Amino acid sequence: MTWIWSNLDLVWDRTFDHLVLSVPSIILSFLIALPFGWLAHRYRTSRAVILTTVGLLYAIPSLPLFIVLPFIVGTSIRSPLNLIIALTLYGVALMVRVVADGLGSVDRDVQQSATAVGFSGWTSFWQVELPLAGPVLLAGLRVVAVSTVSLATVGAVIGAQSLGSLFTDGFQRGIQAEIIAGIVATVLLALVLDALLVVIGRLLMPWTRPSAIGVTSRHDVVAREVTA
Amino acid sequence: MTFLLETLAWLVDPANWVGSGGIPTRLAQHLLFTLVTLVVASVIAVPIGFLIGHTGRGRGLAVATSGAFRAIPTLGLLTLVALWVGIGLNAPYVALTILAIPPILAGAYTGFEAIDRKIVDAARAVGMSEAQIVLRVEVPLGLPLLIGGIRSAALQVVATATLAAYIADFGLGRYLFAGLRTRDYGEMLGGSILVILLAIVLEGAFALVQKLVVPRGVTAGLPTDIRDGSSRSRPVMEPTIEEGNSHVHST
Repeated sequence: MTWIWSNLDLVWDRTFDHLVLSVPSIILSFLIALPFGWLAHRYRTSRAVILTTVGLLYAIPSLPLFIVLPFIVGTSIRSPLNLIIALTLYGVALMVRVVADGLGSVDRDVQQSATAVGFSGWTSFWQVELPLAGPVLLAGLRVVAVSTVSLATVGAVIGAQSLGSLFTDGFQRGIQAEIIAGIVATVLLALVLDALLVVIGRLLMPWTRPSAIGVTSRHDVVAREVTA
Repeated sequence: MTFLLETLAWLVDPANWVGSGGIPTRLAQHLLFTLVTLVVASVIAVPIGFLIGHTGRGRGLAVATSGAFRAIPTLGLLTLVALWVGIGLNAPYVALTILAIPPILAGAYTGFEAIDRKIVDAARAVGMSEAQIVLRVEVPLGLPLLIGGIRSAALQVVATATLAAYIADFGLGRYLFAGLRTRDYGEMLGGSILVILLAIVLEGAFALVQKLVVPRGVTAGLPTDIRDGSSRSRPVMEPTIEEGNSHVHST
């Protein structure tokens, strides 16, 4: 415990570094996954191609990707940008499938009703399908947020500063408290971002607040499958 | 482009293919480590998962635990266990077995849960004992999802075993760290490519196994793509009105 109190500044700095790596990655992966998820949902050929690609992408271990990526995109290995790109790729790999599943969970009758009352494909996507897929997307984004925060620590072994630096430093100097502080801080950060996403979800989708009716919709089922 | 040549040169250099630090030895270490970890984790997780799936009890706890585990950084767990049990292979074995348990556990119980309750009830109705229901109905039907769980555990173990070279001298990850230290691009990129290839080959192998273990009775009755067609049968034209037959037809 004494280590933590005397090194609070360090933990705080590393937490900030960690946020710089993870928050842009989470937001970017959501934005990039939307069009690809839609494509995977809409056409059968693009579905096969996209879902196979993201499956393989997700299979790539993080450390080798951190090392190979700079030689492909031209960043330096230690730069935060390299890590942000890699973390975004993993986020996209997770999220594309969720977007496709979420859009697929929208009742066909609702979609056809939207078309019937005169929504174009574009407006129907933004005003009908996307909001209805919202709960599934939120569940997926929460998984992305938690795993991105956890994954960002790996960058420490190649010299990119994050909460993971507390692990490498603590290991090299044999300070258990430093490693434990790093683990606790990482988990807390993940929980905070997760809670933040839940709050944002409540604000954007007021209809999803747990109601007294106790109806389990198809979205709840898909959302639960996503988090399992 | 010089990086590419250096990588290629490293990969084909015969010196890297022999001895205790050679690619075949390190690859074998990596694979053996993955296999042992998966077997130990499965021995622990599968029975518990089956129990949760069959009884439906303890699901909330299992979901909460695996959610918490997802947040725990692997590198933190690895380095912490290494400080506890000392540098060497023990720390990665302990840490990675712990990490491999949640996905396998989830695969085991979601596999049972995904089974139509009517099938389980029918099995009970024809007089199967609980043990028979588990072994002859639930296990075969839940197998694809269990393999799916082992598949994600395997990917995680292969990836984290690479990271484990940070605390122990073993596996393909060694090339990455050695290359990083000496700025030998050929070695770090060559090692990275080997790990990526290994992960993708494993992913493909598991995907194949997952398809193969689906019981034939299940695939036979399955539509090729459930996303085809409307969610309900809906006649394009209204059916002809049959007089005196005013029943509301249910959908």
